[in-house]
Amino acid sequence: MGKNNRNKAEDLNTVPFKTRVRPYLIVAPSLIITIGIMIPFVMAIWFSLTNYSFKLPNHKFVGLKNWVDVLSSGTFWNALLVSLLYGIISTVVEMAIGMGVAILLNNLNNKLSKILRVLLVFPLMVAPVTATIVWQLMLNSSVGIVEKLLNVFGIFNFPWAASPNTALMTVVMIDVWVNTAFIILLVLAGLQSLPKSPFESAKIDGGSAWFNFINLTLPMLKPSLYIALLFRLMAALQEYAVIFALTKGGPGDSLMSLSLTAYQTGFRFQKFGSALPYILVLWLIVNVAAKQIVKRQRAAQKQAAGLEE
Amino acid sequence: MKKRLLALTLGVSMTAGLLSGCGGGSNDTPATTPADNTTEAPASDEGTDTPAADNTAAAGEFNWKAYEGTQIDVLFSEHTYADAVEAKLADFEALTGIKVNYSSMPESNYFDKLNVELSSHSGTPDVFMTGAYQSWEYASAGNMEPLENYISDASLTNPDYDYADFIPGVIDALKWDCVPGHKVGSGSQWALPMGWEINILTYNKDVLAENNLEAPKTAEELLNVAKSLHEFNGSGTYGLALRGTADWGTIHPAYMSMYSTWGAKDFEVVDGKLVSQVDSPEAIAMTDYWVQLVKEGGAPQWSTYGWELAGADLGARKAAMMWDADRGGYTQNVAGASAEAGNLAFGMIPYPESAGKTEADMKSNLWTWSMAMNADSSKKEAAWYFMQYFTGPEFMLWSGTEGACTDTPRQSVLESEAYKAAVADAEGYFEAFSTLKDTASIFFTPHPYFSETTTEWAKTLQDLVVSNKYSSTEEAMKQLKETMDAIVSDLDVE
Repeated sequence: MGKNNRNKAEDLNTVPFKTRVRPYLIVAPSLIITIGIMIPFVMAIWFSLTNYSFKLPNHKFVGLKNWVDVLSSGTFWNALLVSLLYGIISTVVEMAIGMGVAILLNNLNNKLSKILRVLLVFPLMVAPVTATIVWQLMLNSSVGIVEKLLNVFGIFNFPWAASPNTALMTVVMIDVWVNTAFIILLVLAGLQSLPKSPFESAKIDGGSAWFNFINLTLPMLKPSLYIALLFRLMAALQEYAVIFALTKGGPGDSLMSLSLTAYQTGFRFQKFGSALPYILVLWLIVNVAAKQIVKRQRAAQKQAAGLEE
Repeated sequence: MKKRLLALTLGVSMTAGLLSGCGGGSNDTPATTPADNTTEAPASDEGTDTPAADNTAAAGEFNWKAYEGTQIDVLFSEHTYADAVEAKLADFEALTGIKVNYSSMPESNYFDKLNVELSSHSGTPDVFMTGAYQSWEYASAGNMEPLENYISDASLTNPDYDYADFIPGVIDALKWDCVPGHKVGSGSQWALPMGWEINILTYNKDVLAENNLEAPKTAEELLNVAKSLHEFNGSGTYGLALRGTADWGTIHPAYMSMYSTWGAKDFEVVDGKLVSQVDSPEAIAMTDYWVQLVKEGGAPQWSTYGWELAGADLGARKAAMMWDADRGGYTQNVAGASAEAGNLAFGMIPYPESAGKTEADMKSNLWTWSMAMNADSSKKEAAWYFMQYFTGPEFMLWSGTEGACTDTPRQSVLESEAYKAAVADAEGYFEAFSTLKDTASIFFTPHPYFSETTTEWAKTLQDLVVSNKYSSTEEAMKQLKETMDAIVSDLDVE
């Protein structure tokens, strides 16, 4: 036994230096990036335990005070609710519309499909803040084109983002306009990569379109759908730009999400120690959601490949 | 890993420890006085551009070339005042030999960027734009350099500078002794005004004439006129444009002017603590009136309105009147700037007759964009040269008459014939400034949590106008008082 180990050590010494170092060099970039991510993350946890503020000449350790204050405040629970509602509603709507449009595009003839693809992807090229400002003008009660259209149906001065009852719907609507194209692209790519033979067999067997969709398209498309869901849900839970550009979180606290509350507390009120628990809770939610989706995506991928029932 | 984290954490702690502010010592004794610096050569710049300091400064004679070769960084918010400075940068550089690295950014993100820059204590920017309210936060954190010793130093200040020429209410708005609860007007001079804005009524003469209405002078008249102009030009048009977003910008212009004119206060010092007064009878009565004004005469989407949308609606004949900063109305009235240019006229502060107030009680809460010096700057003297040049009488006469900065903070400019000629087309504008300059002031109680308390205040107004969260204004203001008291609870007042 001892002799064998000695031989292995001797063998390692004969391995050229470059070969021995190579694994470390390959891992190095990932390690550096990980450290780069971990340092601010660990510092964020540390500062959430202090009263760190731009306004104070010094900061001190305050234990769990910030966490207790945040978790026991109505502001936090309202922000959590807003973030979850915004994230879930906008993602579900975008997934539904995106999948429907992608299937339609996939069934259209190539030329029309190409033209529509370019047009439908256009919103994705617009910065969310710019899109929001354009929408703000379109929804304006005196000059907005949407208002003029509603006037035809006898609806005047629809409040849109100005009322707490319709504000969430308005920001979700803008988010859907900007980001649905992302789902369309991913699902369309997934649809076009599906094997043709199962569909040809189903056609010979006389399978209906609905049968094909439920039993062939959807199961094989699931991995792509999970990827689309993963990206959109993560981004939607962290959404900041659309809400800030449209209402800055108002009216009242009706659109104060976790991101916006953290920004306001940290930058506007300059209380970083108090702002960080909001961000860390958001990180936890996004992390848990992402892990669950990735787990299901892997299972779906195996299923689609016929490796698992 | 642990050592690296510890080192980083310590580094941040030490940096934060270097912060020194009003609380870091006597308020009358800035950490670095110009006298300290003038005995030494000016600090070196980056690279090889070491300034060729002229000894005349140390000898007591003012010399514009004393800091020739120095480079300074200037960060401004995009504004008419900043445009005027930018237009004359070449003149300043030619006069002084000081190189200016100038940058500006939109107001919406300006203070976020500035907060990060100042808190990093990197020393840049050397000069920045600020308002009085923000200076309460920056001065308390030790980020601003007190200016009184520069102003009084004959070797550093042009003898023609004429500090006494500034309108007292405006220059006093930028003084504070850093004690929460103490009013502005005493203590260090933290910044110098580039311009100032009074918050007055602007109205469309044509619209009022077409509807046989007189320009309102009282709060009651304002409410009636605003109500009667509901949809005066079709669906979505309305009587009075006001700000309504969930931040301090909604409170400080018209609302605070009316609030103060009504006789209400934001805080009082009680037993060594700041105590909110927003639930006083005057505050509740005024806010009740305000909510009615917005509901019956304001924009349908008021809660999304900042000064940009309010001004745009006035200029596009969507709003018949606006109560906001004079500048918003003035810029819409310049020929070619808007559809209603030339049709706008300026009033003053509608006072509440029902509360027993008269014209003598009119109070305009003022805003002053001003320039301040970074306490961490290593080129303070050169920065001061920049500041005195661009707040000096010569530049301000030009900016006030030719540079579109018509809300001049200098008395000599306001009284000049050239100025009167420059604003002659804006009906009522000169009269408003002449009348209100003696009573306009900052009516907020200074404290470092200004942004937080006023954001809560604005959110309460939004809730009162667009939701059913509160059964009455009184209930809302009592709740707001509790919130504001909690925010300032850790402040000790002498």
